[in-house]
Amino acid sequence: MRKRNAAAGNALRIVVLSILAIIMVIPFLYMLSTSFKEQTFVFTNPPQFIPDPATTANYEQAIESSDFVRYFLNSLVVAVIATGLSLLVSSMMAYAFARFQFRFKEILFRVLLLGLMIPAIMLIIPQFILAKNLNLLDSLLGLILFYVAGSLALNTFLLRGFFESIPAELDQAMQVDGANAWLRYWKLALPLAKPGLATATIFTFLACWDEFTIALTLTNSPENRTLPIAIQLFAGQGNNAVQWGLVFAASMIAVVPVIIVFLVFQRYFVQGLTSGAVKG
Amino acid sequence: MTVLRSGERVSAGVAEVLSATPAPPSRSRRMSRRRAATAATPYLFLAPGLVLFAVTVLYPTLQAFQMSFFDWKIVGSATSEFLGLDNYARAFTDDHFWLALSNSGIYMVLTVAPQIVIGLGLALLIQKKSPTQPLFRVLFYLPVVTSWVVVSFLFKFLFSDGGLINFALGDLLHVTNGDTAWLADRWTGLIAICALGVWKGIGWSMMIFLAALQGVPQALIEAANMDGANRWQRFKVVTVPAIWPAILFVTVMLVIGGFNVFISVYLMTGGGPAGRTDVLLTYMYEQAFNNLDFGYGSAIAVILTIMVFMLSVVQMKVFRDRNGGGAQ
Repeated sequence: MRKRNAAAGNALRIVVLSILAIIMVIPFLYMLSTSFKEQTFVFTNPPQFIPDPATTANYEQAIESSDFVRYFLNSLVVAVIATGLSLLVSSMMAYAFARFQFRFKEILFRVLLLGLMIPAIMLIIPQFILAKNLNLLDSLLGLILFYVAGSLALNTFLLRGFFESIPAELDQAMQVDGANAWLRYWKLALPLAKPGLATATIFTFLACWDEFTIALTLTNSPENRTLPIAIQLFAGQGNNAVQWGLVFAASMIAVVPVIIVFLVFQRYFVQGLTSGAVKG
Repeated sequence: MTVLRSGERVSAGVAEVLSATPAPPSRSRRMSRRRAATAATPYLFLAPGLVLFAVTVLYPTLQAFQMSFFDWKIVGSATSEFLGLDNYARAFTDDHFWLALSNSGIYMVLTVAPQIVIGLGLALLIQKKSPTQPLFRVLFYLPVVTSWVVVSFLFKFLFSDGGLINFALGDLLHVTNGDTAWLADRWTGLIAICALGVWKGIGWSMMIFLAALQGVPQALIEAANMDGANRWQRFKVVTVPAIWPAILFVTVMLVIGGFNVFISVYLMTGGGPAGRTDVLLTYMYEQAFNNLDFGYGSAIAVILTIMVFMLSVVQMKVFRDRNGGGAQ
């Protein structure tokens, strides 16, 4: 009796979850399907879920009509370099916070955490002026600088936790062997904190890949555009009707890498969330 | 200044909640003997990051405050005029500021509660280890990792006149005529924007709650079972107190996030029609980068920041007090 109840409860649970999951996923599927539609078939009643006729014209147009490949590469370059720099710099800070005692340690750490609390967009005006003064307006270098800066606080916070979970005895053993701090950081701490570094890498890369507001504010010319800005421009191109098929084709191209990274590194996503927060 | 101080308190509070930083390891004697020789080492490790942080985050923070007291001129030669509190006075007598503020508030109220309730509900439903669990986890989390730009256009499309929402509500469910011009009106526009906020966010709160639920002591649940507690009582007496820090964390983060809503409004309605769906940040952005009124834009940004800090402090207090009462 009890077993049957449990089985029924379980089935109900799965049904409820399935319905909710379908609601969550329908917008994505509809976007995918629209990206294969000709403009005249985008708004039909009833809506087409399977495009008929299906066409890859939107994808061709997205890739050919403008510098889409360039935007893609810009996004890639900015995200890769910013992620690499951010991880290097923040892991060094995290190592200092995890392994040394020094004056102002906790104050400095708290000031850094303040960076998590300041609404990023509050800084957009002064950062725009700073970029202007540093001659970094409308350049990929400027984007990289601000993306690294924006991710420092969170990454340092995350990595400090990982470094602290490495037994101090290992450090001391290496020290006895005459290894200096840099060597201990580079050869011991970094390799042992790989899961933490993986987590930070994924989060930082995706944040840079998707960043919109800073790119919107700091860049201007076509050769410095990143993908999110390009998608926005696609949507704004036609004066009358938005070419939804084109917008979504470009969106799909931008989203596919994200979803692949997410699916492959799912484990690290969960780890990143849980180590960033809350254990009971 | 007071603002900065309350900010520090907030960050300290959040740090506690996050509680991912264990106490520093005890120092061995050998290390402390060598410390004198290597006193500079930690600062060398910190220097690149801290310098960058100071230049690109701390300094701009202070400058945002400073600019808010000026009629700030961005052009090199023009001198900025000191206005004192004029920009703030202007904000408080500016009807459109109040409209934008109330829209931000509405967004917050309409998105935070559903994300917590639905997120927690989902977490409870998929908590049990089963072959389907990873699949559901991925599906619900997918909107979280997808770019704001992409999903903003996606929802603009879904809520457009001939879009899927009108079809579903009109032709399928017959609750409307199916011809609602969602994005052409303040309230329906805000509903569409909020729908996106909830849809994109529940996966995140679900994940945090899932992690927290793993920490609920099994022994307590069994003890409650022995005492004949039903499912609801078990949830109330055991689960909620155990995951209280997570609930606090999620709430504070969502409130902060709610006030920071920008991209979805900017891209879905552009604040329109006639600025009726403007939130604080779209209004700030327009003042700064369209009207080139950087001083006024900064004042709006500062007001927002102060409100977010104060709200976080209040929440932390309220939640902690209630926690103290509830846990005993």
